[in-house]
Amino acid sequence: MNGITDMGLCSLIDALDGKKLSATEATRACLDRIKATEDLNNFITVCEDEALKAAAAADARRKSGERGGLLGVPIAVKDNISTRGVKTTCASAFLSDYVPPFDATVVDKLKAAGAVIVGKTNMDEFAMGSTNENSHFSAAHNAADATRVTGGSSGGSANAVAARQVFAALGSDTGGSIRQPASYCGTVGLKPTYSAVSRYGLIAFASSLDQIGPFARTSEDALRVLGTIAGKDSRDSTSTDKLDLPDKLSGKVKGRTFGIADELLSGAASDVKTAFERTVALLEDNGAKIKKVKLGSVDAALAVYYVISSAEAASNLARFDGVKYGRRASGYRDIAELYTLSRTEFFGDEVKRRIMIGNYVLSSGYYDAYYLKASKIRTVIKREFDAALGCCDAILSPTVPTVAPKIGAQVDPAATYLSDVYTVPVNIAGLPAVSVPVGRSADGMPIGVQAIGKAFCDGDLLDTARAIETVTEGCGNA
Amino acid sequence: MKRKVTTEEVIHIAELSRLAFTDAECEAQREHLEKVLGYFETLDGVDIADVPPTAHILDAVNVLREDEVEPSFDNAELVANAPERDDGAYVVPRVVD
Repeated sequence: MNGITDMGLCSLIDALDGKKLSATEATRACLDRIKATEDLNNFITVCEDEALKAAAAADARRKSGERGGLLGVPIAVKDNISTRGVKTTCASAFLSDYVPPFDATVVDKLKAAGAVIVGKTNMDEFAMGSTNENSHFSAAHNAADATRVTGGSSGGSANAVAARQVFAALGSDTGGSIRQPASYCGTVGLKPTYSAVSRYGLIAFASSLDQIGPFARTSEDALRVLGTIAGKDSRDSTSTDKLDLPDKLSGKVKGRTFGIADELLSGAASDVKTAFERTVALLEDNGAKIKKVKLGSVDAALAVYYVISSAEAASNLARFDGVKYGRRASGYRDIAELYTLSRTEFFGDEVKRRIMIGNYVLSSGYYDAYYLKASKIRTVIKREFDAALGCCDAILSPTVPTVAPKIGAQVDPAATYLSDVYTVPVNIAGLPAVSVPVGRSADGMPIGVQAIGKAFCDGDLLDTARAIETVTEGCGNA
Repeated sequence: MKRKVTTEEVIHIAELSRLAFTDAECEAQREHLEKVLGYFETLDGVDIADVPPTAHILDAVNVLREDEVEPSFDNAELVANAPERDDGAYVVPRVVD
Protein backbone atom coordinates (compact mmCIF):
# COMPACT_ATOMS: atom_id res chain seq x y z
CA MET A 1 0.00 0.00 0.00
CA ASN A 2 0.90 3.60 -0.61
CA GLY A 3 2.08 5.34 2.57
CA ILE A 4 0.55 8.72 1.75
CA THR A 5 -2.96 7.44 1.06
CA ASP A 6 -2.97 5.39 4.27
CA MET A 7 -2.87 8.55 6.36
CA GLY A 8 -6.01 9.90 7.97
CA LEU A 9 -7.32 13.26 6.84
CA CYS A 10 -6.20 15.14 9.96
CA SER A 11 -2.72 13.55 9.81
CA LEU A 12 -2.52 14.54 6.15
CA ILE A 13 -3.30 18.17 7.05
CA ASP A 14 -0.56 18.06 9.74
CA ALA A 15 1.89 16.67 7.18
CA LEU A 16 0.92 19.37 4.66
CA ASP A 17 1.22 22.11 7.30
CA GLY A 18 4.56 20.68 8.42
CA LYS A 19 5.81 20.81 4.80
CA LYS A 20 6.49 17.07 4.86
CA LEU A 21 4.29 16.71 1.83
CA SER A 22 2.67 18.89 -0.84
CA ALA A 23 -0.97 18.85 -1.94
CA THR A 24 0.25 17.96 -5.41
CA GLU A 25 2.05 14.88 -4.05
CA ALA A 26 -0.99 13.85 -2.03
CA THR A 27 -3.26 14.33 -5.05
CA ARG A 28 -0.93 12.35 -7.32
CA ALA A 29 -0.84 9.56 -4.74
CA CYS A 30 -4.64 9.43 -4.75
CA LEU A 31 -4.86 9.53 -8.55
CA ASP A 32 -2.28 6.72 -8.76
CA ARG A 33 -4.20 4.68 -6.21
CA ILE A 34 -7.48 5.24 -8.08
CA LYS A 35 -5.79 4.05 -11.28
CA ALA A 36 -4.23 1.01 -9.59
CA THR A 37 -7.56 -0.02 -8.08
CA GLU A 38 -9.86 1.12 -10.89
CA ASP A 39 -11.53 -2.30 -11.03
CA LEU A 40 -13.43 -1.29 -7.90
CA ASN A 41 -15.42 1.00 -10.24
CA ASN A 42 -15.84 3.65 -7.54
CA PHE A 43 -15.65 6.59 -9.92
CA ILE A 44 -17.87 7.62 -12.80
CA THR A 45 -15.58 10.55 -13.58
CA VAL A 46 -12.00 11.12 -12.44
CA CYS A 47 -11.03 14.77 -12.96
CA GLU A 48 -7.26 14.51 -13.02
CA ASP A 49 -6.48 17.84 -14.69
CA GLU A 50 -8.84 19.87 -12.50
CA ALA A 51 -7.54 18.06 -9.40
CA LEU A 52 -3.87 18.75 -10.17
CA LYS A 53 -4.72 22.38 -10.86
CA ALA A 54 -6.59 22.65 -7.54
CA ALA A 55 -3.68 20.95 -5.76
CA ALA A 56 -1.19 23.42 -7.21
CA ALA A 57 -3.47 26.27 -6.10
CA ALA A 58 -3.66 24.78 -2.59
CA ASP A 59 0.13 24.52 -2.46
CA ALA A 60 0.39 28.20 -3.45
CA ARG A 61 -2.15 29.22 -0.80
CA ARG A 62 -0.25 27.29 1.86
CA LYS A 63 3.03 28.84 0.72
CA SER A 64 1.53 32.30 1.24
CA GLY A 65 0.83 31.37 4.85
CA GLU A 66 -2.74 30.07 4.63
CA ARG A 67 -3.70 27.21 6.96
CA GLY A 68 -6.80 25.39 8.09
CA GLY A 69 -9.90 24.12 6.33
CA LEU A 70 -9.24 21.27 3.94
CA LEU A 71 -6.41 23.00 2.16
CA GLY A 72 -4.92 20.48 -0.26
CA VAL A 73 -7.00 17.49 0.85
CA PRO A 74 -8.04 15.13 -1.99
CA ILE A 75 -11.72 14.34 -1.68
CA ALA A 76 -14.40 12.63 -3.79
CA VAL A 77 -17.94 13.81 -4.43
CA LYS A 78 -21.00 11.67 -5.16
CA ASP A 79 -22.21 12.06 -8.71
CA ASN A 80 -25.58 13.55 -7.76
CA ILE A 81 -23.85 16.68 -6.40
CA SER A 82 -23.43 19.36 -9.06
CA THR A 83 -19.91 20.30 -10.10
CA ARG A 84 -19.49 23.18 -12.53
CA GLY A 85 -17.85 22.03 -15.76
CA VAL A 86 -17.57 18.41 -14.56
CA LYS A 87 -20.15 15.82 -15.64
CA THR A 88 -22.78 15.03 -13.03
CA THR A 89 -24.69 11.96 -14.15
CA CYS A 90 -26.58 10.66 -11.10
CA ALA A 91 -25.43 7.29 -12.53
CA SER A 92 -28.27 7.64 -15.04
CA ALA A 93 -28.31 7.22 -18.81
CA PHE A 94 -30.60 10.25 -18.76
CA LEU A 95 -27.84 12.55 -17.51
CA SER A 96 -24.84 10.73 -18.99
CA ASP A 97 -23.72 13.90 -20.81
CA TYR A 98 -24.98 16.53 -18.34
CA VAL A 99 -22.45 19.20 -17.33
CA PRO A 100 -23.83 21.50 -14.60
CA PRO A 101 -23.39 25.24 -15.17
CA PHE A 102 -22.96 25.76 -11.40
CA ASP A 103 -21.42 24.25 -8.28
CA ALA A 104 -23.52 22.87 -5.45
CA THR A 105 -23.09 24.91 -2.27
CA VAL A 106 -21.15 22.07 -0.63
CA VAL A 107 -18.77 22.06 -3.61
CA ASP A 108 -18.38 25.85 -3.36
CA LYS A 109 -17.50 25.38 0.29
CA LEU A 110 -15.06 22.53 -0.36
CA LYS A 111 -13.30 24.61 -2.98
CA ALA A 112 -13.18 27.68 -0.74
CA ALA A 113 -11.64 25.51 2.00
CA GLY A 114 -8.99 24.39 -0.50
CA ALA A 115 -10.13 20.78 -0.93
CA VAL A 116 -9.06 19.02 -4.11
CA ILE A 117 -11.98 17.26 -5.83
CA VAL A 118 -10.49 14.26 -7.59
CA GLY A 119 -13.65 12.78 -9.03
CA LYS A 120 -17.33 11.93 -9.00
CA THR A 121 -18.34 8.66 -7.41
CA ASN A 122 -20.53 5.80 -8.49
CA MET A 123 -23.99 5.39 -7.00
CA ASP A 124 -27.39 3.84 -7.57
CA GLU A 125 -29.23 5.75 -10.28
CA PHE A 126 -30.78 8.90 -8.78
CA ALA A 127 -29.73 7.52 -5.36
CA MET A 128 -32.41 4.83 -5.50
CA GLY A 129 -30.96 1.57 -4.26
CA SER A 130 -29.05 -0.13 -1.51
CA THR A 131 -26.36 -2.01 -3.44
CA ASN A 132 -24.95 0.37 -6.09
CA GLU A 133 -26.09 -2.21 -8.65
CA ASN A 134 -28.68 0.23 -10.04
CA SER A 135 -25.91 2.31 -11.62
CA HIS A 136 -26.00 2.86 -15.38
CA PHE A 137 -22.21 2.55 -15.14
CA SER A 138 -22.45 -0.87 -13.40
CA ALA A 139 -21.87 -1.78 -9.78
CA ALA A 140 -18.90 -0.83 -7.63
CA HIS A 141 -17.00 -3.72 -6.02
CA ASN A 142 -16.42 -3.81 -2.27
CA ALA A 143 -12.73 -3.25 -1.46
CA ALA A 144 -12.92 -5.87 1.31
CA ASP A 145 -14.20 -8.52 -1.12
CA ALA A 146 -14.64 -7.65 -4.79
CA THR A 147 -17.41 -10.22 -5.22
CA ARG A 148 -19.61 -8.22 -2.83
CA VAL A 149 -21.54 -4.99 -3.19
CA THR A 150 -20.46 -1.70 -1.64
CA GLY A 151 -23.97 -0.91 -0.55
CA GLY A 152 -25.72 2.19 -1.68
CA SER A 153 -26.71 4.47 -2.82
CA SER A 154 -23.43 6.28 -2.03
CA GLY A 155 -21.42 3.10 -2.66
CA GLY A 156 -18.60 4.68 -4.65
CA SER A 157 -17.97 7.34 -1.99
CA ALA A 158 -17.87 4.86 0.89
CA ASN A 159 -15.68 2.42 -1.00
CA ALA A 160 -13.30 5.13 -2.27
CA VAL A 161 -12.58 6.13 1.33
CA ALA A 162 -12.23 2.50 2.46
CA ALA A 163 -9.94 1.68 -0.49
CA ARG A 164 -7.65 4.61 0.36
CA GLN A 165 -8.40 6.33 -2.95
CA VAL A 166 -9.32 9.56 -1.16
CA PHE A 167 -9.14 10.93 2.38
CA ALA A 168 -12.83 11.75 2.58
CA ALA A 169 -15.90 11.85 0.36
CA LEU A 170 -19.34 13.37 0.21
CA GLY A 171 -22.46 11.28 -0.14
CA SER A 172 -26.17 11.84 0.26
CA ASP A 173 -28.53 10.01 2.59
CA THR A 174 -32.27 9.78 2.00
CA GLY A 175 -32.97 6.53 3.87
CA GLY A 176 -29.51 5.27 4.79
CA SER A 177 -27.50 5.94 1.63
CA ILE A 178 -24.49 7.20 3.61
CA ARG A 179 -24.67 4.98 6.70
CA GLN A 180 -25.44 1.67 4.97
CA PRO A 181 -22.48 1.71 2.51
CA ALA A 182 -20.27 3.06 5.32
CA SER A 183 -21.18 -0.05 7.30
CA TYR A 184 -20.64 -2.39 4.33
CA CYS A 185 -17.28 -0.83 3.42
CA GLY A 186 -15.90 -0.15 6.91
CA THR A 187 -15.76 3.66 7.04
CA VAL A 188 -17.33 6.35 9.19
CA GLY A 189 -20.40 7.80 7.48
CA LEU A 190 -22.45 10.67 8.90
CA LYS A 191 -25.94 11.76 7.95
CA PRO A 192 -26.21 15.22 9.50
CA THR A 193 -29.43 16.66 10.96
CA TYR A 194 -31.85 17.55 8.17
CA SER A 195 -31.16 21.17 7.15
CA ALA A 196 -27.65 21.32 8.64
CA VAL A 197 -26.06 21.11 5.18
CA SER A 198 -27.38 22.99 2.15
CA ARG A 199 -28.97 20.83 -0.53
CA TYR A 200 -28.53 23.46 -3.24
CA GLY A 201 -27.06 21.64 -6.23
CA LEU A 202 -27.91 18.16 -4.92
CA ILE A 203 -30.05 16.53 -7.60
CA ALA A 204 -33.20 15.87 -5.60
CA PHE A 205 -34.57 12.43 -4.79
CA ALA A 206 -36.88 13.07 -1.80
CA SER A 207 -36.50 16.67 -0.67
CA SER A 208 -37.86 16.30 2.86
CA LEU A 209 -35.46 13.41 3.59
CA ASP A 210 -32.30 14.09 1.52
CA GLN A 211 -29.20 15.25 3.35
CA ILE A 212 -25.57 15.54 2.23
CA GLY A 213 -22.90 14.24 4.59
CA PRO A 214 -19.29 13.07 4.84
CA PHE A 215 -17.48 9.73 4.69
CA ALA A 216 -14.08 9.55 6.38
CA ARG A 217 -11.86 7.00 8.06
CA THR A 218 -12.39 8.43 11.54
CA SER A 219 -14.99 10.53 13.36
CA GLU A 220 -12.41 13.28 13.83
CA ASP A 221 -11.89 13.41 10.05
CA ALA A 222 -15.67 13.45 9.48
CA LEU A 223 -15.98 16.39 11.89
CA ARG A 224 -13.48 18.33 9.86
CA VAL A 225 -15.48 17.82 6.64
CA LEU A 226 -18.81 18.53 8.34
CA GLY A 227 -17.45 21.80 9.71
CA THR A 228 -16.55 22.79 6.16
CA ILE A 229 -19.86 21.98 4.46
CA ALA A 230 -22.45 22.86 7.15
CA GLY A 231 -24.34 26.12 7.49
CA LYS A 232 -27.20 28.28 6.31
CA ASP A 233 -27.34 29.02 2.61
CA SER A 234 -29.53 31.68 1.00
CA ARG A 235 -29.98 29.33 -1.98
CA ASP A 236 -31.62 26.61 0.15
CA SER A 237 -34.43 28.03 2.26
CA THR A 238 -34.58 24.85 4.34
CA SER A 239 -30.96 25.18 5.47
CA THR A 240 -30.11 26.27 9.02
CA ASP A 241 -27.19 27.45 11.09
CA LYS A 242 -27.79 25.62 14.34
CA LEU A 243 -24.81 23.27 14.69
CA ASP A 244 -22.35 24.01 17.44
CA LEU A 245 -19.35 21.90 16.46
CA PRO A 246 -16.36 21.37 18.74
CA ASP A 247 -12.80 21.84 17.45
CA LYS A 248 -11.85 18.40 18.75
CA LEU A 249 -13.69 15.32 19.96
CA SER A 250 -13.18 14.08 23.50
CA GLY A 251 -14.43 10.53 22.96
CA LYS A 252 -15.40 10.35 26.60
CA VAL A 253 -17.49 7.36 27.58
CA LYS A 254 -17.90 7.84 31.33
CA GLY A 255 -21.10 9.63 32.25
CA ARG A 256 -22.74 9.07 28.87
CA THR A 257 -26.06 7.28 28.51
CA PHE A 258 -26.92 5.27 25.44
CA GLY A 259 -30.36 3.98 24.50
CA ILE A 260 -31.05 0.60 22.95
CA ALA A 261 -34.36 -0.11 21.21
CA ASP A 262 -35.45 -3.70 20.61
CA GLU A 263 -37.28 -2.46 17.51
CA LEU A 264 -33.90 -1.57 15.95
CA LEU A 265 -32.39 -5.00 16.61
CA SER A 266 -34.89 -7.44 15.20
CA GLY A 267 -33.75 -9.43 12.20
CA ALA A 268 -30.03 -8.78 12.65
CA ALA A 269 -27.72 -11.57 11.43
CA SER A 270 -25.82 -13.31 14.22
CA ASP A 271 -22.37 -11.85 13.51
CA VAL A 272 -23.88 -8.34 13.25
CA LYS A 273 -25.69 -8.88 16.52
CA THR A 274 -22.54 -10.18 18.21
CA ALA A 275 -20.48 -7.20 17.06
CA PHE A 276 -23.21 -4.82 18.23
CA GLU A 277 -23.55 -6.45 21.65
CA ARG A 278 -19.77 -6.49 22.07
CA THR A 279 -19.70 -2.73 21.36
CA VAL A 280 -22.46 -2.04 23.89
CA ALA A 281 -20.68 -4.16 26.52
CA LEU A 282 -17.39 -2.34 25.92
CA LEU A 283 -19.11 1.03 26.32
CA GLU A 284 -20.67 -0.17 29.55
CA ASP A 285 -17.32 -1.53 30.81
CA ASN A 286 -15.84 1.90 30.20
CA GLY A 287 -18.43 3.70 32.28
CA ALA A 288 -21.39 4.34 29.98
CA LYS A 289 -24.96 3.76 31.15
CA ILE A 290 -27.13 1.65 28.88
CA LYS A 291 -30.87 2.18 28.91
CA LYS A 292 -33.73 0.44 27.11
CA VAL A 293 -35.81 2.85 25.05
CA LYS A 294 -39.02 2.25 23.14
CA LEU A 295 -39.70 3.17 19.53
CA GLY A 296 -43.08 1.47 19.18
CA SER A 297 -44.03 2.71 15.73
CA VAL A 298 -40.71 2.11 14.06
CA ASP A 299 -42.09 -1.08 12.48
CA ALA A 300 -44.15 1.17 10.22
CA ALA A 301 -41.14 3.32 9.32
CA LEU A 302 -40.17 1.35 6.24
CA ALA A 303 -43.67 1.77 4.79
CA VAL A 304 -43.75 5.46 5.74
CA TYR A 305 -40.38 5.89 4.07
CA TYR A 306 -41.33 4.20 0.80
CA VAL A 307 -44.61 6.13 0.58
CA ILE A 308 -43.05 9.53 1.25
CA SER A 309 -39.77 9.07 -0.61
CA SER A 310 -41.45 7.59 -3.69
CA ALA A 311 -44.09 10.33 -3.74
CA GLU A 312 -41.43 13.02 -3.54
CA ALA A 313 -39.29 11.23 -6.13
CA ALA A 314 -42.18 10.99 -8.59
CA SER A 315 -42.62 14.76 -8.28
CA ASN A 316 -38.90 15.62 -8.37
CA LEU A 317 -38.18 13.42 -11.37
CA ALA A 318 -40.99 14.97 -13.43
CA ARG A 319 -38.39 17.51 -14.55
CA PHE A 320 -36.57 14.92 -16.62
CA ASP A 321 -38.48 15.26 -19.87
CA GLY A 322 -35.86 15.47 -22.62
CA VAL A 323 -36.22 19.23 -23.12
CA LYS A 324 -33.91 21.40 -21.00
CA TYR A 325 -31.15 18.93 -20.12
CA GLY A 326 -30.46 15.24 -20.29
CA ARG A 327 -31.04 13.07 -23.29
CA ARG A 328 -33.91 13.00 -25.74
CA ALA A 329 -35.31 9.92 -27.47
CA SER A 330 -35.94 9.98 -31.19
CA GLY A 331 -39.04 9.07 -33.17
CA TYR A 332 -41.59 11.19 -31.28
CA ARG A 333 -44.54 12.77 -33.08
CA ASP A 334 -45.58 15.34 -30.48
CA ILE A 335 -44.49 16.81 -27.16
CA ALA A 336 -46.26 14.17 -25.04
CA GLU A 337 -44.55 11.41 -26.95
CA LEU A 338 -41.21 13.22 -26.61
CA TYR A 339 -41.61 13.10 -22.82
CA THR A 340 -42.78 9.50 -22.68
CA LEU A 341 -40.22 8.08 -25.08
CA SER A 342 -37.34 9.93 -23.41
CA ARG A 343 -38.34 8.87 -19.89
CA THR A 344 -39.00 5.31 -20.98
CA GLU A 345 -35.66 4.97 -22.76
CA PHE A 346 -33.37 6.73 -20.28
CA PHE A 347 -34.69 5.95 -16.79
CA GLY A 348 -33.53 2.63 -15.33
CA ASP A 349 -35.86 -0.03 -13.93
CA GLU A 350 -35.63 0.88 -10.24
CA VAL A 351 -36.25 4.57 -10.95
CA LYS A 352 -39.35 3.62 -12.93
CA ARG A 353 -40.56 1.42 -10.07
CA ARG A 354 -40.22 4.30 -7.58
CA ILE A 355 -41.97 6.76 -9.89
CA MET A 356 -44.83 4.29 -10.31
CA ILE A 357 -45.16 3.76 -6.54
CA GLY A 358 -45.02 7.52 -5.99
CA ASN A 359 -47.67 8.38 -8.53
CA TYR A 360 -49.84 5.51 -7.29
CA VAL A 361 -49.86 6.75 -3.68
CA LEU A 362 -50.44 10.34 -4.80
CA SER A 363 -53.17 9.54 -7.31
CA SER A 364 -56.75 10.48 -6.59
CA GLY A 365 -58.53 8.07 -4.28
CA TYR A 366 -55.31 6.84 -2.63
CA TYR A 367 -53.81 10.05 -1.24
CA ASP A 368 -55.53 9.78 2.16
CA ALA A 369 -54.87 6.05 2.50
CA TYR A 370 -51.14 6.34 1.84
CA TYR A 371 -49.48 9.74 1.67
CA LEU A 372 -51.57 11.50 4.31
CA LYS A 373 -51.49 8.49 6.64
CA ALA A 374 -47.71 8.15 6.22
CA SER A 375 -47.26 11.86 6.97
CA LYS A 376 -49.21 11.46 10.20
CA ILE A 377 -47.21 8.40 11.27
CA ARG A 378 -44.14 10.49 10.52
CA THR A 379 -45.27 12.77 13.34
CA VAL A 380 -45.71 9.77 15.66
CA ILE A 381 -42.24 8.41 14.84
CA LYS A 382 -40.66 11.81 15.38
CA ARG A 383 -42.38 12.15 18.78
CA GLU A 384 -41.17 8.68 19.81
CA PHE A 385 -37.58 9.55 18.90
CA ASP A 386 -37.82 12.86 20.78
CA ALA A 387 -39.07 11.04 23.87
CA ALA A 388 -36.41 8.31 23.62
CA LEU A 389 -33.61 10.83 23.11
CA GLY A 390 -34.90 12.79 26.10
CA CYS A 391 -33.43 10.16 28.39
CA CYS A 392 -30.15 9.31 26.64
CA ASP A 393 -27.32 10.94 24.69
CA ALA A 394 -27.74 8.72 21.63
CA ILE A 395 -29.59 5.61 20.51
CA LEU A 396 -27.40 2.73 19.34
CA SER A 397 -28.29 0.00 16.84
CA PRO A 398 -26.62 -2.06 14.15
CA THR A 399 -26.46 0.05 10.96
CA VAL A 400 -27.66 -2.77 8.69
CA PRO A 401 -29.03 -6.24 9.55
CA THR A 402 -26.29 -8.02 7.54
CA VAL A 403 -22.83 -7.56 6.06
CA ALA A 404 -22.50 -6.68 2.36
CA PRO A 405 -24.22 -9.30 0.17
CA LYS A 406 -22.70 -10.78 -2.97
CA ILE A 407 -23.10 -8.85 -6.21
CA GLY A 408 -26.15 -10.20 -8.03
CA ALA A 409 -27.55 -11.93 -4.94
CA GLN A 410 -30.45 -9.53 -4.55
CA VAL A 411 -33.03 -10.58 -7.14
CA ASP A 412 -36.29 -9.28 -5.68
CA PRO A 413 -36.24 -5.46 -5.69
CA ALA A 414 -38.99 -5.31 -3.07
CA ALA A 415 -36.98 -7.54 -0.70
CA THR A 416 -33.94 -5.26 -1.08
CA TYR A 417 -35.99 -2.45 0.49
CA LEU A 418 -35.91 -4.37 3.80
CA SER A 419 -32.16 -3.84 4.25
CA ASP A 420 -32.86 -0.18 5.11
CA VAL A 421 -34.95 -1.05 8.16
CA TYR A 422 -32.60 0.45 10.82
CA THR A 423 -31.64 3.54 8.86
CA VAL A 424 -34.88 4.94 7.37
CA PRO A 425 -36.56 5.92 10.67
CA VAL A 426 -33.78 8.47 11.20
CA ASN A 427 -34.53 10.35 7.97
CA ILE A 428 -38.23 10.34 8.76
CA ALA A 429 -37.44 12.08 12.05
CA GLY A 430 -34.77 14.34 10.48
CA LEU A 431 -32.17 13.34 13.09
CA PRO A 432 -28.40 13.02 12.73
CA ALA A 433 -26.92 9.51 12.69
CA VAL A 434 -23.50 8.05 12.11
CA SER A 435 -22.22 4.59 11.22
CA VAL A 436 -18.94 3.58 12.86
CA PRO A 437 -16.94 0.43 11.98
CA VAL A 438 -16.73 -1.88 15.00
CA GLY A 439 -15.16 -5.05 13.65
CA ARG A 440 -15.60 -7.69 10.99
CA SER A 441 -17.68 -10.77 10.37
CA ALA A 442 -16.14 -14.26 10.43
CA ASP A 443 -15.55 -13.93 6.68
CA GLY A 444 -13.80 -10.58 7.08
CA MET A 445 -16.58 -8.18 6.07
CA PRO A 446 -16.91 -4.85 7.90
CA ILE A 447 -19.73 -4.35 10.41
CA GLY A 448 -20.99 -0.94 11.53
CA VAL A 449 -22.84 0.36 14.55
CA GLN A 450 -25.26 3.24 14.12
CA ALA A 451 -25.56 6.03 16.69
CA ILE A 452 -28.60 8.30 16.39
CA GLY A 453 -28.34 11.72 18.03
CA LYS A 454 -30.53 14.65 18.98
CA ALA A 455 -31.43 17.17 16.29
CA PHE A 456 -28.62 19.69 15.71
CA CYS A 457 -26.33 17.89 18.19
CA ASP A 458 -24.18 16.49 15.36
CA GLY A 459 -20.97 17.46 17.18
CA ASP A 460 -22.03 15.55 20.26
CA LEU A 461 -23.03 12.61 18.06
CA LEU A 462 -19.54 12.54 16.53
CA ASP A 463 -18.21 12.48 20.08
CA THR A 464 -20.25 9.33 20.61
CA ALA A 465 -18.75 7.97 17.39
CA ARG A 466 -15.29 8.77 18.77
CA ALA A 467 -16.19 6.94 21.99
CA ILE A 468 -17.25 3.88 19.99
CA GLU A 469 -14.00 4.00 18.00
CA THR A 470 -12.01 4.24 21.22
CA VAL A 471 -13.60 1.27 22.98
CA THR A 472 -13.69 -0.98 19.90
CA GLU A 473 -10.16 -0.24 18.78
CA GLY A 474 -8.44 -3.46 17.82
CA CYS A 475 -11.65 -5.49 17.88
CA GLY A 476 -11.31 -8.40 15.52
CA ASN A 477 -13.88 -10.67 13.97
CA ALA A 478 -17.25 -11.06 15.63
CA MET B 1 -56.82 -7.40 3.23
CA LYS B 2 -54.25 -7.42 0.44
CA ARG B 3 -54.87 -4.71 -2.11
CA LYS B 4 -55.02 -5.99 -5.67
CA VAL B 5 -53.57 -3.93 -8.46
CA THR B 6 -55.10 -4.32 -11.91
CA THR B 7 -53.34 -4.01 -15.26
CA GLU B 8 -55.64 -1.07 -16.06
CA GLU B 9 -54.43 0.73 -12.94
CA VAL B 10 -50.79 0.17 -13.92
CA ILE B 11 -51.48 1.57 -17.40
CA HIS B 12 -53.22 4.59 -15.86
CA ILE B 13 -50.33 5.30 -13.45
CA ALA B 14 -47.82 4.78 -16.27
CA GLU B 15 -49.65 7.42 -18.32
CA LEU B 16 -49.54 9.84 -15.38
CA SER B 17 -45.82 9.07 -15.04
CA ARG B 18 -45.16 9.53 -18.78
CA LEU B 19 -43.73 6.03 -18.96
CA ALA B 20 -44.52 3.28 -21.46
CA PHE B 21 -44.27 -0.43 -20.67
CA THR B 22 -44.41 -3.59 -22.74
CA ASP B 23 -46.94 -6.17 -21.57
CA ALA B 24 -44.25 -8.09 -19.67
CA GLU B 25 -42.91 -4.92 -18.02
CA CYS B 26 -46.44 -3.90 -17.14
CA GLU B 27 -47.00 -7.21 -15.36
CA ALA B 28 -43.67 -6.85 -13.49
CA GLN B 29 -44.70 -3.36 -12.37
CA ARG B 30 -48.08 -4.70 -11.28
CA GLU B 31 -46.49 -7.45 -9.20
CA HIS B 32 -43.99 -5.06 -7.63
CA LEU B 33 -46.70 -2.53 -6.77
CA GLU B 34 -48.82 -5.23 -5.17
CA LYS B 35 -45.89 -6.45 -3.08
CA VAL B 36 -44.97 -2.94 -1.93
CA LEU B 37 -48.61 -2.11 -1.15
CA GLY B 38 -48.51 -5.26 0.99
CA TYR B 39 -45.69 -3.68 3.06
CA PHE B 40 -47.77 -0.53 3.34
CA GLU B 41 -50.35 -2.44 5.38
CA THR B 42 -48.15 -1.83 8.45
CA LEU B 43 -49.41 1.77 8.21
CA ASP B 44 -52.76 0.53 9.46
CA GLY B 45 -51.26 -0.61 12.77
CA VAL B 46 -50.43 2.88 14.07
CA ASP B 47 -52.94 5.00 15.98
CA ILE B 48 -53.07 8.36 14.23
CA ALA B 49 -56.29 9.76 15.69
CA ASP B 50 -55.78 13.51 16.22
CA VAL B 51 -52.20 13.39 14.94
CA PRO B 52 -51.30 16.18 12.51
CA PRO B 53 -49.25 15.28 9.42
CA THR B 54 -45.56 16.23 9.15
CA ALA B 55 -44.40 17.38 5.72
CA HIS B 56 -40.88 18.16 6.91
CA ILE B 57 -39.21 18.29 10.30
CA LEU B 58 -38.42 22.01 10.41
CA ASP B 59 -40.38 24.78 12.11
CA ALA B 60 -39.92 27.02 9.08
CA VAL B 61 -43.10 27.93 7.20
CA ASN B 62 -42.54 30.58 4.56
CA VAL B 63 -38.98 31.77 4.11
CA LEU B 64 -39.12 35.16 2.41
CA ARG B 65 -36.42 37.42 1.04
CA GLU B 66 -36.20 40.77 -0.69
CA ASP B 67 -36.82 40.58 -4.42
CA GLU B 68 -33.45 41.84 -5.56
CA VAL B 69 -31.95 41.71 -9.01
CA GLU B 70 -28.83 39.53 -9.07
CA PRO B 71 -26.69 38.17 -11.86
CA SER B 72 -28.20 34.99 -13.26
CA PHE B 73 -26.87 32.11 -15.29
CA ASP B 74 -25.40 32.63 -18.71
CA ASN B 75 -27.98 31.72 -21.34
CA ALA B 76 -25.50 29.96 -23.62
CA GLU B 77 -24.16 27.86 -20.75
CA LEU B 78 -27.65 26.76 -19.70
CA VAL B 79 -28.95 26.01 -23.16
CA ALA B 80 -25.77 24.08 -23.99
CA ASN B 81 -27.20 21.16 -21.97
CA ALA B 82 -30.39 20.94 -24.00
CA PRO B 83 -30.58 17.95 -26.34
CA GLU B 84 -31.97 20.23 -29.07
CA ARG B 85 -31.46 24.00 -29.16
CA ASP B 86 -31.52 26.93 -31.53
CA ASP B 87 -30.26 30.45 -31.02
CA GLY B 88 -30.40 30.41 -27.22
CA ALA B 89 -33.76 28.63 -27.04
CA TYR B 90 -34.96 25.09 -26.34
CA VAL B 91 -36.47 23.32 -29.34
CA VAL B 92 -39.64 21.23 -28.85
CA PRO B 93 -42.28 19.96 -31.26
CA ARG B 94 -45.08 22.43 -32.04
CA VAL B 95 -47.54 22.50 -29.10
CA VAL B 96 -50.10 25.01 -30.46
CA ASP B 97 -51.56 25.14 -33.95
